[in-house]
Amino acid sequence: MGATASILWRYTPLLICLALWEIVATAGPFANQLLPDVKQVAEALWALILDGEIVNHGLRSLYRAAMGFGLAIIVGSAAGLLMATFRPVRLLVNPIVQIFYPMPKSALIPVMMIWFGLGDMSKIVLIFIGCLLPVVISSYNGARGVNPFLIWSARSLGASRATTLVQIVLPAAMPELLNGIRTALAFAFILMVSSEFVIAKDGFGYLISQLGDGGAYAAMFAVILVVAMVGFTADRLYGAFVRHQLRWREP
Amino acid sequence: MTRSASPSLPAARTTGRTAPGPDAPVAGIWRGVYRRLTGDAMIQILVIAVLLIGWETVTRLGLVHPFLLPRLSAVLERIFNNMLAGKVFTDLGLTLYRAATGFLIGTAIAIPLGVLMARNTAVRWFFDPLISIGFPMPKISFLPIFILWFGIFDTSKIVMIAFSCFFPVVSATYSGTLGVDKWVIWSARSFGATPNQVLREVVLPMALPQILTGIQIAVPVGLITTVVTEMLMGGPGIGGSMIAAGRFADSVGVFAGIVEIALLGAVVVKGVERLRAYLLRWHHEARH
Repeated sequence: MGATASILWRYTPLLICLALWEIVATAGPFANQLLPDVKQVAEALWALILDGEIVNHGLRSLYRAAMGFGLAIIVGSAAGLLMATFRPVRLLVNPIVQIFYPMPKSALIPVMMIWFGLGDMSKIVLIFIGCLLPVVISSYNGARGVNPFLIWSARSLGASRATTLVQIVLPAAMPELLNGIRTALAFAFILMVSSEFVIAKDGFGYLISQLGDGGAYAAMFAVILVVAMVGFTADRLYGAFVRHQLRWREP
Repeated sequence: MTRSASPSLPAARTTGRTAPGPDAPVAGIWRGVYRRLTGDAMIQILVIAVLLIGWETVTRLGLVHPFLLPRLSAVLERIFNNMLAGKVFTDLGLTLYRAATGFLIGTAIAIPLGVLMARNTAVRWFFDPLISIGFPMPKISFLPIFILWFGIFDTSKIVMIAFSCFFPVVSATYSGTLGVDKWVIWSARSFGATPNQVLREVVLPMALPQILTGIQIAVPVGLITTVVTEMLMGGPGIGGSMIAAGRFADSVGVFAGIVEIALLGAVVVKGVERLRAYLLRWHHEARH
């Protein structure tokens, strides 16, 4: 089997599912309203792309997700490293982490609405908080698991505490930290879509609920599939980035 | 790092108590008291107490607008009244019922499917691409489809929650079952174990740590999903109550809801951790 054939073989189940969808949609017991067929969805998607609507809403959403996610990575990994290195920081931050960790972050949506209104800020802060905890915990666990001999060697060779932190602890904690960031990426997308469902004037989630409310179900299905694909692509890109970053590690 | 899913930070709890302070100034019985007072657990409780007192003080002094941050005492009073009225229990009970039902349905499909995928090539061929695509998708975006198909009552919520919980568990079960050491299986077989016995006595227990890790990812995701579905569809349940309070600009109600759901989340997440420790009490991870 050639390379193309084996890829095709691997993704045949997806084609089977598409075919099943088409059969059920056209010949099935449902009214066409409940399950638009593949062609209708593709046409609706094409129309959304042509009038630029999906791109505008999508960029709005991705901007929010990227801001919250990016801030969470910076603040979270720094906080985790400092917690593992300095006892006062750990004692101060750990109880807050412990309280916030099990709380379903989507419960904060109404508070974000009260504090920051309906604009971008409410979503960015929500995504930031949701992504922060997985990053803090993985960064802390990663830094805590660093072989102390590495740190002692660096210190005895005259490295300052800050140098040790950046050049020894951070790289050693990297595999675990990158794992936590992957969890955070998933949370970023969940919270992005959820917050836009509940309160928004634009973005993917808003577009989906607006199309659904207007009865444009084919277009609604199209946007949902696009959001799903964007989430999938982001995860795959991140996976490739991690493999590239960790290529120095012994397998 | 199989323990990465567990958020507990054990070192933070133990180091302070075992290591004597480098400059403990007092001797004898006072050293014990001093150590206890400066121990990690005590200081962390103190941090929380200071935060709570700070919340109450700042709001009492009027430094923050009461709409943005209501007084802690007002929030606690509201929770107390909600408890007397039984609202806390109906809200949290409904939320928990939806989350648990959805989670159980999702898991009940995911674990057998994951095992089947690891053991049967045809099943694996069919489901592997679907799950590797489905796993990283933001499942919550499918909610409007489920609302369209199943209406705005419990069915659509539970289907949505089951759908969200399904993916982490199935992929953890699949890779956990696939990763079981072949030698152990061969030994069991050579002792005459039937395929069923091998599955129940060898494969499932050895895959259990990974399955539980998948469950520990699925539970918080399920809770987040439950709250969002309730917020979108309204009605009884903690999410619906919170969004109603938000719409009526009743910030005390919103904060009361947050405290209530945070407590429920803590109980559920800690409960799953306990369950893991209990189910894996034979496993070497329990000895850490």
